Amino acid sequence: MTKEVSLDHVWVEFENFVAVEDANLTIAGGEFFSFLGPSGCGKTTLLRCISGFQEPTLGRIRIGNHDMKGVGPNRRPTALIFQNLALFPLRSVADNIAFPLEVRGVEKRERRRRADELLEMIALPGQGDKRIDELSGGQKQRVAIARALAVKPDILLLDEPLSALDLKLRQHMRTELRAIQKQVGLTFIYITHDQGEALTMSDRVAVMSRGKIQQVADSRTIYDRPATSFVASFVGENNAFAGTVLAKDGQGITIDAGLGVPLVAALRADSGVTPAVGEPCHLFIRPEALVPMTSGSPNSFEARLVKEEFEGHMRHLLLQAGEHQLRMSLVNNGLGGSVAGADGRLTVGFVPELAVALPLGLLASA
Amino acid sequence: MTRKTGTGLIPGLYLLLFFAYLFGPLIIMVITAFNSSQFPRIRPWECFTTGWFAKLAADDKLLAGIGSSLVIGIGVIAVAIPVGLAAAILLSQVGPRLRSALYTIFIAPILVPGVVIGLSTLIFWGRIAGFLGLSYKSFLYDGTFLTILGQVTFIAAYSMLVFLSRIQRFDPTLTEAALDMGATPTQAFCKVLLPFMAPAIGSATVLAFLASLENYNTTVFTIVSGSTFTTVLASKVRYGLDPSISAVAVIIIGATLVAAILYESWRRDKARRLLPAGRRVPAAPADLWLAPVRRLTHPAFVGAMLAVVVGGSIWAGSRHDSSACEAQIMENKRALQQQFMQQQAPASPPPAATTAPVQAPASSVFAPSNLFSSPAPEPAPAPAQAPANGAFAPSGLAPSSEAPAPAGQQPAPASPFAPSNLAPSQ
Repeated sequence: MTKEVSLDHVWVEFENFVAVEDANLTIAGGEFFSFLGPSGCGKTTLLRCISGFQEPTLGRIRIGNHDMKGVGPNRRPTALIFQNLALFPLRSVADNIAFPLEVRGVEKRERRRRADELLEMIALPGQGDKRIDELSGGQKQRVAIARALAVKPDILLLDEPLSALDLKLRQHMRTELRAIQKQVGLTFIYITHDQGEALTMSDRVAVMSRGKIQQVADSRTIYDRPATSFVASFVGENNAFAGTVLAKDGQGITIDAGLGVPLVAALRADSGVTPAVGEPCHLFIRPEALVPMTSGSPNSFEARLVKEEFEGHMRHLLLQAGEHQLRMSLVNNGLGGSVAGADGRLTVGFVPELAVALPLGLLASA
Repeated sequence: MTRKTGTGLIPGLYLLLFFAYLFGPLIIMVITAFNSSQFPRIRPWECFTTGWFAKLAADDKLLAGIGSSLVIGIGVIAVAIPVGLAAAILLSQVGPRLRSALYTIFIAPILVPGVVIGLSTLIFWGRIAGFLGLSYKSFLYDGTFLTILGQVTFIAAYSMLVFLSRIQRFDPTLTEAALDMGATPTQAFCKVLLPFMAPAIGSATVLAFLASLENYNTTVFTIVSGSTFTTVLASKVRYGLDPSISAVAVIIIGATLVAAILYESWRRDKARRLLPAGRRVPAAPADLWLAPVRRLTHPAFVGAMLAVVVGGSIWAGSRHDSSACEAQIMENKRALQQQFMQQQAPASPPPAATTAPVQAPASSVFAPSNLFSSPAPEPAPAPAQAPANGAFAPSGLAPSSEAPAPAGQQPAPASPFAPSNLAPSQ
C-alpha cells in the first residue's frame, strides 16, 4: 500500500526564473518526509509536481515505479491537504469527507458508513451533519485529513497545513499528525517553513533554498551536522564567523575568524565537504554551544556583554567580540548571577565538537 | 451625536419626498386602474371598476405580445446565462493583462446603444440569410430568433457582471482539491463551482428575464413584423391610452410584491435554520406555541396568506359590477351636455371671461379631459362659450382679437387643437 516517491533530476522553470533546480531524491514508503525552506524556495512547486498540478520542465517523477508524466491530479495515488484546507463550505462535514467516494460513484449508504468510520478515527464521532463553519480550526484540520484519507491514497501531501493555527493548537496537531501517520502507515510528504514542525515530526528533512535542495537528512543531522552554510544558518540559531582556514588535520580544522585567536572545529568522518587550507570559510557555533570559560583556555575569546534577555528557562546574552555580534544561551539553573565581570567583559569558548566549519556560502537572511 | 440617522425633521422630510418621488407615480397608476374614466386619471373619480382588467384579458394583441415576450425571455435566459457564466469563468482564470482586455470586450455591448444593436442584428443576419439564399420564411428572418440574439448580446454581459462578483469570492483551490481527490474536471465543475454559483445564477436569471421583458429599443428592430409586450404597450401609448395599461401595471406590481414577500420570508427562514447549533432555537412544539410570530412568518404560511389575498381580490374583483354606476355617470354627462346646449340657445353670447369658469364643469387647465372635451354633434357653440375655456385653452385666444363671430356663421371647432382654431386670431 505504501509506495515510494522518487524525483529524478526534476527541474521546474517558469517564464523568467527557475523554481526547482535538479531535485533528485527518493522518499521511502511509509516515511514522514518534510521539505523545509523559506517562502519562495520552490517547495510548494515541488509538491504541486508530485500531486500533478504542475508538470516538471525536465526530469521524471515516479510513484511506486510508475512514471507520472501526463497523469492528471485526479488519477494519481496522492491526496493533498491544502494550506487553507480547501474544505467545501456548502457541504456538511460528512459530505466533505465522502466527496472522494462520491466522485468515484460509491453509493450513498456506503459513503456515509465510511465517513462515520473516518470521523471516529479523527475523534469527531457524530459530527457528520455539522456545517464546516461550525467547526474549530483544529477540527477542520482533522476533517481535511479524514477527507484526504477517505480513498486510502498511497501518499499524503501536506502543504503547511498548520500555519493558520495558533501556537498551542499547532503543537498539539504536530503530535496528532505524527500519530495519524503511524496509525495509517502512509507516506507523508510535508511542506513547511517552520523548522520546529519539520524537526519534530519528520523521519527525514530536505532543506531547500532558491530552488535547490541543500541537504537531505534526519532532524538531528540537519541540526548538528549541517551540510551547507544555508542549512547551518537557517535551521535553529547560529553564530556565523567568516574567516580563513589556517590548518587542517585529521581531528580538526583551525580557522582565523578575526577574533585574535585561532578557533578549532572538530572534523568527523561524516563531515561532508570541508574547506581547504587557505580558503575562506564559515565557522558556525550555536548559542547554546558557547559557555563561559576561564581566560586563556583553548578555543576561547574575549567578549563584551551588550544585553541580556531573560526568557524563563533560558537566558539569552548578546555579546560583542571584535566586530562580531554573537548570541549565547544559558540554561537558567537558578544559580546564575552575572556571567560578566564588573567591566562587562567575559571570556567565552566552545568545545571543538560543537562547532562546524563549512565552505563560505550563502546565509539565510536573519 | 447620539441621534439616529433619519429621525430629524429635515431627513424625515427628505425621506418623505424621496419616497413620494419613487412611489408616487406607481400609486397613482394603481389607482387609475380602478377608475372607470376612459382616460387613466384619478380626478374626477367616476366609478370604482374592475372592467379594465376584463378589457385587458380580452386584448388579443397584448396577450400575444406577452406570450412572445415570455418565449423570448426564456430563450434569452437559456443562452445568456451559460454565455455569461463562461465569460466570468474565463475572466477569473486568465492573467491580469488579458483579463482587462477581455473585460472591455465583454462589457462593450452594454455601452453600445440598444438601437445600434437592434439594427445591426437585423442587418447582419439578414445579410447572412441573403448570402445563404434563404427565403423570408427562414428562421434567420424570424423576429423571435433575432430578438433573442439581439438581447443576448448585452444581457449576457449583465449576467457576466453578476457572476464575476460572485466568482471573485470563489477559492480556486476548492476546484484543485476536488481534482486532487479524484473528481474529473466535469465533476469538479458540477459539484463544487456550480453549487457555489447557484445564488448568482438565480439572480442573473431574474435579471436577464426582466431585462428581456422590458427591453424596447433593441426589440423594436429585431422583432421585425411581430410584437412583444413592450412594443404593444408602446403602440398603445402612441395611438390612445386607456386604463387597461394601468391594469397591466397593477398586475406587474402585484406579482413583484408577491414574489418579493415570498423570497424574503424564505430567506429569513433559511437564515434562521443556518444559525450555529448553539444559537438555534429548539423547534419543540411548546416553543412554537410560545412564539406565534415564528409560525406566522413561515414561508408556507406566508404563501398561503398571499394566495388567499390574491385569489380573494381576483374573485371579488370579478364579481364587482360597476355598470350601474357607469350608466349613472353617463346619464349625468348627458344631462350636463343638454344643459349647455340649452344655455347656448340664445344667440347673443355673454362675455366669455366672466361667465365661462362658472359654467365649465372641468375648467382645470391641466385636466386631461381638455384633450377629449365633449365632442358636440349638435350645432356647435361659439368659441367663447366652449365648456372648457380655461385661460390657456387655445380656443380662448380667439375672441380676444376680434369680436366673436355670430354663431352658425363660422362653425366653432370641437377640439381645441383643430386647425380651424387658428383662423379667428388673424
